[in-house]
Amino acid sequence: MNPFFATHVPVLLGLVFAWLVLGLAGLVRSHRIAWVAYTLFPLGALVALGIAAVGFSALADGFVAEQVILPLGLPDLPFHIRLDALSGFFLLLLGSVGAGISVFAAGYFRAGEGASPGLLCLQYHTFLASMAMVIVADDAYLFMVAWETMALSSYFLVTTQHRIPEIQRAGFLYLLMAHVGALALLLCFGVLQGGSWLMTFDAMRGATLSPVWAGVAFGLALFGFGAKAGLVPLHVWLPEAHPAAPSPVSAMMSGLMLKVAIYGLLRVSFDLLHGGPWWWGMLTLVLGLGTALFGAVFAAVQTDMKRLLAYSSIENIGLIAAAIGLALLSYAFDMRLLAALALTAALLHALNHALFKSLLFLATGSVLHATHERSLGKLGGLIRRMPWVATLALIGTLALAGLPPLNGFVSEWLLLQAFLSTPSIPHAFVNMIVPVGAAVVALTAALAGYVMVKFYGVIFLGQPREPSLMQAHDAGWLERVGLGWLALGCILIGVFPQVALNAIAAVTRVLVGTVIQRGPAPWWIAPVAREQASYSGLWLLLGMAGTIAVMFVLVRRMYHGRVRRTPPWNCGYPALTPRMQDTAEGFGQPIRHMFGPFFRIARELPAPDDRAPRYRIQIDDRCWHGLYLPLARAVGWLADALSVLQRGRLAVYLMYSFLTLLVLLVFVL
Amino acid sequence: MNALALLSQLGGMVLAVALAPVLAGWVAQCRAWLQNRSAPPLLQPYRSLRKLFRKDAALATYASPLFRATPYVVFGTMAMAAAIIPSVTTDLPMARVADAIALVGLFATARVFMALAAMDIGTVFGSMGARREMMIGFLAEPALLMVLFNAFLMFGSTALPTVVEDILNTKGLMLQPSLAFAGVAFVMVLLAENARIPIDNPATHLEVTMIHEAMLLEYSARHLALMEWASWLKLFNYACIGFALFVPWGIALHANGPLALLFAVAWLAAKLVVAGAVLAVIETVSAKLRIFRAPEFLSMAFLLAVLGLLVHLLLQS
Amino acid sequence: MPTLTLATQFLHVLAAGLLMISFGMLAQRRTRSLIVLLAWQGAVLTASTLLVAVSAHLPDLYYSAALTLVEKVWLMPWILMRLMRRLGIEGDSDPLVNIPTLMLVGLGLVIFAFGLAQPISSLATTVTRQTLGIAMAVILLAFLMMIARHKAVTQVIGFLAMENGLFFAATSTTYGMPMVIELGIALDLLVGVFIFGIFFFQIREQFDSLDLHQLEALKED
Repeated sequence: MNPFFATHVPVLLGLVFAWLVLGLAGLVRSHRIAWVAYTLFPLGALVALGIAAVGFSALADGFVAEQVILPLGLPDLPFHIRLDALSGFFLLLLGSVGAGISVFAAGYFRAGEGASPGLLCLQYHTFLASMAMVIVADDAYLFMVAWETMALSSYFLVTTQHRIPEIQRAGFLYLLMAHVGALALLLCFGVLQGGSWLMTFDAMRGATLSPVWAGVAFGLALFGFGAKAGLVPLHVWLPEAHPAAPSPVSAMMSGLMLKVAIYGLLRVSFDLLHGGPWWWGMLTLVLGLGTALFGAVFAAVQTDMKRLLAYSSIENIGLIAAAIGLALLSYAFDMRLLAALALTAALLHALNHALFKSLLFLATGSVLHATHERSLGKLGGLIRRMPWVATLALIGTLALAGLPPLNGFVSEWLLLQAFLSTPSIPHAFVNMIVPVGAAVVALTAALAGYVMVKFYGVIFLGQPREPSLMQAHDAGWLERVGLGWLALGCILIGVFPQVALNAIAAVTRVLVGTVIQRGPAPWWIAPVAREQASYSGLWLLLGMAGTIAVMFVLVRRMYHGRVRRTPPWNCGYPALTPRMQDTAEGFGQPIRHMFGPFFRIARELPAPDDRAPRYRIQIDDRCWHGLYLPLARAVGWLADALSVLQRGRLAVYLMYSFLTLLVLLVFVL
Repeated sequence: MNALALLSQLGGMVLAVALAPVLAGWVAQCRAWLQNRSAPPLLQPYRSLRKLFRKDAALATYASPLFRATPYVVFGTMAMAAAIIPSVTTDLPMARVADAIALVGLFATARVFMALAAMDIGTVFGSMGARREMMIGFLAEPALLMVLFNAFLMFGSTALPTVVEDILNTKGLMLQPSLAFAGVAFVMVLLAENARIPIDNPATHLEVTMIHEAMLLEYSARHLALMEWASWLKLFNYACIGFALFVPWGIALHANGPLALLFAVAWLAAKLVVAGAVLAVIETVSAKLRIFRAPEFLSMAFLLAVLGLLVHLLLQS
Repeated sequence: MPTLTLATQFLHVLAAGLLMISFGMLAQRRTRSLIVLLAWQGAVLTASTLLVAVSAHLPDLYYSAALTLVEKVWLMPWILMRLMRRLGIEGDSDPLVNIPTLMLVGLGLVIFAFGLAQPISSLATTVTRQTLGIAMAVILLAFLMMIARHKAVTQVIGFLAMENGLFFAATSTTYGMPMVIELGIALDLLVGVFIFGIFFFQIREQFDSLDLHQLEALKED
């Protein structure tokens, strides 16, 4: 029990306000990089750590949810704030990952990026502050205000280099999708209030909705939060916006903003709607698995490093959504322990993804700064010129590929255990989905490994594909600290997973009422039963390290360690050029061959008599051409049809007002 | 966890590391007999290891530390896997550290490191081998996971020693149809992951037809020795997984004494002899598949394993 | 898990074998191996009928098993092999879509069949009722095989495999059909295969090939 009973929320609000102040302070002397970079951003990182601490304290045993009403907002709907275990966990996520990103950004933002550093500072901290407010909002109005602020500030951040047309287009698409989602959320909250017309979440918790309306509300929430999180088919903005933004912003969007959408989905489905019929969970599960497979397959064929990471984010969000779907499904059948396990897997994967995806996006930022190249076809061999970035990126790569003993493996392990720990669910088709779901998760995890080998291998290993890469320089010390902080998080959660699980236990207690089994030690997890399955990252790491050390010493002792440096063997071919390595397209070719129907491929083959033969291949999303372009054309057609109303003559417009007045008079009187 | 358990755990690991070259030599002998050639001696792999360890390592001028560390990492993961798989006894303290899913994760770690090291030098064959290896791996890994899940659904645990104990303690004959699916799928995955015909030819040195060998091209001396030893150890591990799931009789249970351990070693040797011969027969009878028929082969294995899960659920209800 | 009798366990194994053979037929390219697999299906059916006959003490099923042995394991494959040799078609044929996609669709069909069969199984009273789902899956997979192939001979094989599935369904839920019906179906099959053979000769005369894509030339443009 903490003695400062009701002081968490004021502390939190103070920290959020500090972010806003830091942002505004950036406008003062907005062109001085030293002021912005070396003072404001590190202070922002400290504030983030503070917010993480508040979130962590909200996860302590015995914490009681705090509610505060602020004197801001509408006259009869002031801002309600609520800090409970769910918000605490996501605040912890936001703060700890945000701190790393802020420290990196301190070393990253330099002049000439298209906007002055001070303006960037304002937008950046507003983005962070609005995300924190979304997480603690307890009424629909504050939620939507903070949500919109989040969308707008991130739009400005995405279009930082606004003079480039592709970036403008990407930003427009992003804003459009964000507002389509926000519209769905508004409608959802409208349905949720269930007749009481009070828009606070407490009223929504208490409202009883008929199954039809509850289903409508869930569908709208899934649509709205899915559009922000990037579930297929609402994902089209993600691969455009993430590469267009500067790297710390991409990291924030991928690592933090997508998780805020997940938070929203959890809040609405578990807290406000109290779970629901089993088809909700089934729908989310199917959507999640489809998104995961889609993201992994597309990531494997990309040729731009940030687009690859964006599709990989889609894949991981799909996995999180699938876990949430499984949780909803088992909650509907009143299998609470299984729901707690699935929810634990979802939350841990959200935290892990925030850590390693941010790490990788920031690493690509360093690479971009050092080489000014984003295309995978022009990179290579950077491990020799940028050893720090390469080593830390390796940790992120291994974590994303889901390899023991890092953190990605733990959440995948939990997810697979959740899929398997189902005693027979009493429904014919549903209990068939379980093995198929496990199969799709396993396939996606293996594809993630493929994608990561491509990513790391093409960028950092091999020979440099462009001679200018030999001038690349390593990251500065601030960037190294930021990357190292995130990498440390990956390693710690992998080796001491029970600590993270203890934190998540508070959340599952709030949402589904049960917690999974506590493991015997911080480095040992056994979520269901010790005899059934257990995992210990620390011992695995020690075992591997021990075996490696023993082998190394034995070999050196019994034989020797002499090394001779020679040109590579290359099967005896004497001339080796960097162009002979696999390109990114080449590495993705097996996936393109096997998953052909998924893609829309446009090929340009050279003719036999071409003077400068070129082979071009372009891979497009079927959703874009099949769904969005026809939709856009339909909207255009509708707008054209309605333009009949615009006559241009004053008399016609006056007549419209007159007719409306007549109709209103009839209805009112 | 008493001293005997720790000893048997370490002993199992050392046994696996020591016996793996003999298994490889035996399979080579059987293949030679079937193909009417004269076979190299059974202990030839040990001699080649010794030859390799004594040489100077010739490294490419710009090989990174990742390249130098990979042989040790790969060997370490394979040895850890040998510690988790119940080959002679189910009394394994390390099995509480990692279950079947972690086992598949260890294999994946080895594969990723090998692929990254192959891409490190930047030759044609290295990156081609890495690409092909990941293509095989991304289907073989889920297939293996599904085979292990079959066992999980039947016995309620993903820890291999628990599965073995459950099978050994069941009274009466138990014919499980889903095990038939799992068995066929497992054999297919074993062939693919250990670079055997019909997926890959372990004896080829034609660069265009190899997958596993392409990744070893730039290694020499002690690094090559460790990588070769690790691949033999991988075959040994796979054979032991197969024994544990499908023919576990002979493995010493937790409660039995040290005499049972000796019997278990004898049983293991007998099973390995038979398994090696069967593997050689399969390799001799099949033809190597074209590279893009290999994913079809593996997706068949994957789908068979999933089918096994479904059949189990159907016949349970 | 409740322990089942040895006979029921054996039956489950045979049912699983049948399903595996059907999947194998889906993934085969060579027509010759398809015919061999069809013969194996017949053998598994014979064994399962015998098993049910022994464990449920129904002497009629012995005759049924003998009929199955003669017709499905020997006669039909022999006729098909002869047809193949006389028509001169021995080659491979790739299915319409690539094999992994076909297998994925097959998996979906299996899930569908299993899901449908579960409520029905609880109504039946025979010892083999749980294998109804597998029988339905075999039928659906054979239909899929018929849809996804070019060459005409493979369509016949698919048709016969479907009938195998129906037979297995009948044995598993209702202990076989009345003898009259069985003889009638057997005769129908025989006549059907002969008529198919005649049609194949006609098609080959007309188009000089047995690729069914050629039949599309018949449509009016």
